Amino acid sequence: MKVDDIQNNWEEKLFSLLLDHKIDFLPYVPDAGHAKLIALAEKNKLLKPVVLTSEEEGVAFASGSWLGNKKSVLLMQSSGVGNCINMLSILSKCNFPFVTLITMRGEFGEFNSWQIPMGQATKKTLEAMGIIVHRATHPSDVCPLVDAALYGAFSSDQQIAILLSQRLIGKKKW
Amino acid sequence: MVDDNTLLERRNVVKKIVDHRGNAKIITGLGSPTYDVFDAGDSHSNFYLWGGMGGTAMIGLGLAMSIPDTPVIVITGDGEQLMGLGSLASIGVQKPNNLAIVVLDNGHFGETGMQKSHTSYGINLCKIAEASKFEFFFDVVSNNDLENLIEILPPVKGPIFANIRIKSQNPPRKLPILDGVELKNRFRKNLGVEPL
Repeated sequence: MKVDDIQNNWEEKLFSLLLDHKIDFLPYVPDAGHAKLIALAEKNKLLKPVVLTSEEEGVAFASGSWLGNKKSVLLMQSSGVGNCINMLSILSKCNFPFVTLITMRGEFGEFNSWQIPMGQATKKTLEAMGIIVHRATHPSDVCPLVDAALYGAFSSDQQIAILLSQRLIGKKKW
Repeated sequence: MVDDNTLLERRNVVKKIVDHRGNAKIITGLGSPTYDVFDAGDSHSNFYLWGGMGGTAMIGLGLAMSIPDTPVIVITGDGEQLMGLGSLASIGVQKPNNLAIVVLDNGHFGETGMQKSHTSYGINLCKIAEASKFEFFFDVVSNNDLENLIEILPPVKGPIFANIRIKSQNPPRKLPILDGVELKNRFRKNLGVEPL
């Protein structure tokens, strides 16, 4: 495959990967970087998007769906990680499998400096709560990292976050 | 203003609901609702929360959407539900017909020294549930109201929201196990799923 194809198609490939892993629900608080994935899920009956008012709802939702033997992947942006902190304790206490895809703000080429504090604290916050953190910087990183995360989580009860860097999703235009 | 002496007693209320659970799964919010449900009778179809305040209704939603043919009853307190108010809106979007949210409303944060909660100041959870498009919403203040609620439990035409006004009392704590992994595994085993 040409490099250009990977550059242009990583969202479609990511969506196919979620279907391959038989993910059932995509709880989300939207971000521009997730817009394509959410739009693809809305057109598809196999993977149900679930809109949330705040990100910690998604942590609880994912835990509940696993109690019912279904798989969720939580979509959010880095600012939402702060909203999740205490709810993440459910995951480690019950060893619930957990995968979240986090689009980054507050780093590469950020115009809105109010995004910087949580963006810079995202990885540390997740790690402080016992979540394994991987980072995708290039489009070709995304699918291998998410594939490994889904496998690790749903076959051996791991809790994994994939950070989609601001360089990868493109800096927001103002 | 309702006279506290005429209000329902939490353990009686929960016992009645648990006795009418049928095949329902029950998720409990941290603090007294966990103790109340455990006291009414332990079951591998119960999942007790000891933490994650504000998340109980969303665990109920995730479960209800995953097992759409099985009823799910969330039993929690007013303080816990107040911390997860947004979840009522999220449930209203999905409208699972097999989900009931039951709030035991004593108007206080009972676990932390009985400070008044928002419901003591007139904030009405039932109206929030109504505005969040729940199919049924009950303000339960009497045994009669409770009987009306129990008639439509376990939920099949929900989502159902019930706010049950109860006395502010702290009955003796009855503690289920704390081990979250064991609680998860026994719950899933009961659905026919072996641990990983």
